[in-house]
Amino acid sequence: MPRVWKFGDSINTDDILPGKYAPFMVGEDRFHTYAFAHLRPEFAAGFRPGDLLVLGRNAGLGSSREYAPEALRRLGLEAIVAKSYARIFYRNLVNLGIVPFEAPEVVDVLQDGDQVELDIAQGILRRGAETYRLRPPPAFLLEALREGSILAYYRKHGRFPGE
Amino acid sequence: MGLTLAEKILSRRAGREVRAGELVVVEVDQVMVVDSIAGSFFRRLEQLGAAPRYPEKVTIVIDHVAPAANVEVAKAQKEIREWGRRHGCRVFDVGRGVCHQVLIEERLALPGGIVLGSDSHSTTYGGIGCFGTGMGATDIALAAASGRTWLRVPETVKVTFRGRLAPGATAKDAALEMVRVLTADGATYMSVEIHLADGAESLTRSQRLTLANLTVEAGAKCGLVVPSGEVLELYQVPGWLYPDPDAVYAREVEIDLSTLTPRVSVPFYVDNVEEVARVKGKRVDQVFVGTCTNGRLDDLHQVAEVLKGRRVAPGVRMLIIPASSEVLEAAAADGTLLTLLQAGATIGTPGCGPCMGRHQGVLAPGEVCVSTSNRNFRGRMGAPDAEIYLASPRVAAATAVAGYITTPEELEGVHA
Repeated sequence: MPRVWKFGDSINTDDILPGKYAPFMVGEDRFHTYAFAHLRPEFAAGFRPGDLLVLGRNAGLGSSREYAPEALRRLGLEAIVAKSYARIFYRNLVNLGIVPFEAPEVVDVLQDGDQVELDIAQGILRRGAETYRLRPPPAFLLEALREGSILAYYRKHGRFPGE
Repeated sequence: MGLTLAEKILSRRAGREVRAGELVVVEVDQVMVVDSIAGSFFRRLEQLGAAPRYPEKVTIVIDHVAPAANVEVAKAQKEIREWGRRHGCRVFDVGRGVCHQVLIEERLALPGGIVLGSDSHSTTYGGIGCFGTGMGATDIALAAASGRTWLRVPETVKVTFRGRLAPGATAKDAALEMVRVLTADGATYMSVEIHLADGAESLTRSQRLTLANLTVEAGAKCGLVVPSGEVLELYQVPGWLYPDPDAVYAREVEIDLSTLTPRVSVPFYVDNVEEVARVKGKRVDQVFVGTCTNGRLDDLHQVAEVLKGRRVAPGVRMLIIPASSEVLEAAAADGTLLTLLQAGATIGTPGCGPCMGRHQGVLAPGEVCVSTSNRNFRGRMGAPDAEIYLASPRVAAATAVAGYITTPEELEGVHA
């Protein structure tokens, strides 16, 4: 069953992927293996598709480097639950098709290592007998996410969501 | 009910009056790509099956690891040059300087314009009243392919700086104080609209760029300095480029420059801001002056003023990396460079330098660096437990001479 990887507040893009492991430094095929290399060296090898990343306040502050969330996407990340997001990181998540849920109260109850099941489309998170309803992202973002990514949306429609 | 500066710029470009909270799709003047994301940018365009719609609006700057540090980087930069030639986009190669400084010098960012940058400190363009904002590779590729981007019109925090800078205080100290007051997420999704009053209008373009640069450290989408003073002399500022007197602000903050003391941002977050006096005496291994925050000619002048007739302390490395080739040339022409070299400083190729821990001055475990840059996150400049303190060029210079964190004022009588 998918598990929770929980981190605290103010996890920045250098925490998620240290700048020295950018794809153009270490190669396209390897950069994602350095996700959280400083904070939790076991993360990249241990993360399984479907696992859930849980972050605190101001998640993803810092750089615009999209390869930070892209590294997580490559490891199989599909959604994040956080207390709040930094702006550029939030855009990057949506653009890559990672669903950013904002749910401070849920973040507080989830523990690292919890076994959970997340229905992304319904926004329903289950842990044992408990069920949490997550507020979906804004409608125009869902519109893009439904096509898989904003690139797929733009390619198909030739315009931006909501335009 | 009036409009803020961000609402004015986005309304003008959208062709209708828009207010905070609305979504707009707008034409952009420049799409700025740095070497560090260029590869992703090219691949996204391929995925879209698109070429740049307006090649003259796409500018690539090779600055994040310049010159190349290893074969991977060299390959990536070779691809940039070839791609740029093929598509007719502007490429500023190794040595021209840090992207934001280069776009300002080349007048590719102008008052009232909109510039998207693939670097979070693209807020810097706000120093001259240009709506500059950072985005990731996908957004940047979409903007290159379409000439447009989507934006949520931001709410605005109004920050008013009053008075003239107290002796010893600099624009960097003002910027750090602003981040301390706002906190690291206090302006998330917002425009920080900076008003200069009661003497603060005398802040130069360079000083305004420093203020706008740091607004992203409070989470801001853009940091717009209301045009006045030197900016009016250097640019044709459109008459509409002012916020309305009855604009609506989410929050208002005032900072008195006349009582400001030198500040330092303590590891590992930019908003951990203290007075220098609080951390005075902290021993350092490296001092780095440069970056899009404080690598301009006036910054180097301040450093030279402190270093003149003095030497960098034994055991301390002092790296100075001018923000651009123009800055380097000017510093060579007016003798500043010689003063820096005579004091024992090392000069690097214009560019980002060690700011993000990729080359030229990476820190060993346990080392301490005072940097004039804008981020002190854990592991940012090398080893995860190395410490980065952010300060003004004056404080950085004094620290290099003393070997521990201090101010030029404290240096008097000790080493002179």
